Amino acid sequence: MESTALLIAASLNAGTVLAIASLGLLINEKAGIVNLGAEGMMLCAALAGFATVVHTGSTVAGLGAGMLAGALLAALFGVLVIWLNTNQYATGLALSLFGAGFSAFAGTAYVQEKLPEQMRFAVPVLSDIPFVGPALFRHHPMVYVCVALVLGLIWFLWRTRAGLVLRSVGESPESAHALGYPVRRIRLMAVMAGGALCGLAGAYVSTVYTPLWVEGMIAGKGWIALALTTFATWRPARVLLGAYLFGGVTMLQFHLQGMGVNVPSQFLTMMPYVATIVVLVLISRNPTWIRINMPASIGKPFYPGA
Amino acid sequence: MLRLEVRPQPSRRWGYASPLLALAITVVIGVILFAVLGKDPVRGLQVFFWEPIKSTYALSELMVKATPLLIIALGLAVCFRSNVWNIGAEGQYLIGAIFAAGVALTADKTTGGWIVPAIIAAGVVGGMVWAGITALLRDRFNANEILVSLMLVYVAVQVLNYLVYGPWKDPGGYNFPQTKTFEAVTQIPRLVPGSRLNIGLLLALAGVAAVWVFLFRTYSGFAQQVGGLAPAAARYAGFSSRKALWIALLTSGGMAGMAGALEVAGPIGQLTPYVPAGYGFAAIIVAFVGRLHPVGIVFSAILMSMFYIGGELAQSRLGLPKSITGVFQGLLLFALLACDTLIAYRLVWKK
Repeated sequence: MESTALLIAASLNAGTVLAIASLGLLINEKAGIVNLGAEGMMLCAALAGFATVVHTGSTVAGLGAGMLAGALLAALFGVLVIWLNTNQYATGLALSLFGAGFSAFAGTAYVQEKLPEQMRFAVPVLSDIPFVGPALFRHHPMVYVCVALVLGLIWFLWRTRAGLVLRSVGESPESAHALGYPVRRIRLMAVMAGGALCGLAGAYVSTVYTPLWVEGMIAGKGWIALALTTFATWRPARVLLGAYLFGGVTMLQFHLQGMGVNVPSQFLTMMPYVATIVVLVLISRNPTWIRINMPASIGKPFYPGA
Repeated sequence: MLRLEVRPQPSRRWGYASPLLALAITVVIGVILFAVLGKDPVRGLQVFFWEPIKSTYALSELMVKATPLLIIALGLAVCFRSNVWNIGAEGQYLIGAIFAAGVALTADKTTGGWIVPAIIAAGVVGGMVWAGITALLRDRFNANEILVSLMLVYVAVQVLNYLVYGPWKDPGGYNFPQTKTFEAVTQIPRLVPGSRLNIGLLLALAGVAAVWVFLFRTYSGFAQQVGGLAPAAARYAGFSSRKALWIALLTSGGMAGMAGALEVAGPIGQLTPYVPAGYGFAAIIVAFVGRLHPVGIVFSAILMSMFYIGGELAQSRLGLPKSITGVFQGLLLFALLACDTLIAYRLVWKK
């Protein structure tokens, strides 16, 4: 019982990282832009966040620094892709490679650093309920912020005018342009918002989730977050669900090891990646279903007046 | 205001000039970076662009590093020209290395020289198998090849770790996670005594010719590229996109696997957790900077090799982290993509 509650708690925590990044990528993709640079943005943001906490002692400042780093890198990507019409895949890839290199380079001084003692969080009263308390109500506030983010995003995308404009830019930029909307500026804002969320997720990893800095510490979470948007067929609530599921898969490995299951640890470490492939296969098997849900102009460049 | 105007025709001149301009931009940023870090920029440039070519030995080391990059990037050029986004060459390289090591480990004192071709063949098969998974899942289930091939890199790394920490660990290796050193007979034959240069370089150059002939002188190479440029036209012409997918992935996977075999039975000589050196990712940049053209890739592979050697020297001579290589690699690709805009557009001054 106790260990199951802890497994649920750990899965939600791990899933939060994936969900925040994936929600950011969902915003991008809803506006028609695929940013393969998630991994690179998360790595740089993880370093920016970690370094900020080392120097200021404030986790909030660290998370903010991560968001800023993510948004800045995303802006660089956005200008290239939206104004210079570079290939989205190649540019995103460049961002991922650059981010990995840059964070490794700039982070060497921080490898041995430690962060101040973490605060413990507990929702009053609710956290004392047996089983449910330790599973659901003793998390870092970000876990709840993430749930709020999902609700906020659903409201924004399907209940506000701005959300409608954002979606129209991803579905048919030509029509949005004809109606007088500044398609490229809207796309840039969406890309930067997505970058900020990827950055937030990255900084959460290095300051709260595993409070340390090591080269390459994001370990593919950015790529898994990219897969999650497809898995969720671009629905925020499904992103959250999928992220928790993946969080569960990630955590199951430690759980199984703890239970003394006799499988080499490397095969357990493989699980999230294999699970991503399996899930992609299952979800992509039906092309119509993907096509119905996918933003129509995803990945396609837009030249106004051309 | 500065505006972009579509050129009536893509500029051939900028096609050649863009990589050079991108390199120049990367160098300028590099100089600024050195200055900001309080290092002498002239010394920095020397370390990257002069030291790797200043002696025959340095040149041979430059080619040792350029060889795997060249081989992998050639395969990727075929792949990218077919509009198949295989970004998991690193994983295919690793599995190639593992297959090759599997063969190399069977060798003993009595083994003959036939083992070398067997090792290389095993590497090719390994890379093809790994890329084949991506092809199969894309072909049968429409799964995105970018994400699948990349996820398989992480899986390949764990397969490697499992082997070197588990069944293949050298019993006499003081518990280090590595296989025993391969028998001398498995060593890829060297070209010149005293240098680490081996016949891998010749294979790479043969690969340049082969890929050139395939892309520009064969029917299926042509079909491959039409499918990449204009899928609708390819369908109309009756070129099979499934066949193109398989050819693209098996070619690039096989070549990455071959590079892995040549490395593990060549300069490395055993399987260790340090086999993955990022060549598979760097080769993506090599392929793009070389314009996806076999001859261009020769030059960009040498350039990228300079970045690697320069990074190592920067660590020992300038006290900078070796990872500076990754920064320059990323910058170069960014700069290239930005400069490539000038191929299809021109800058005009408009009020």
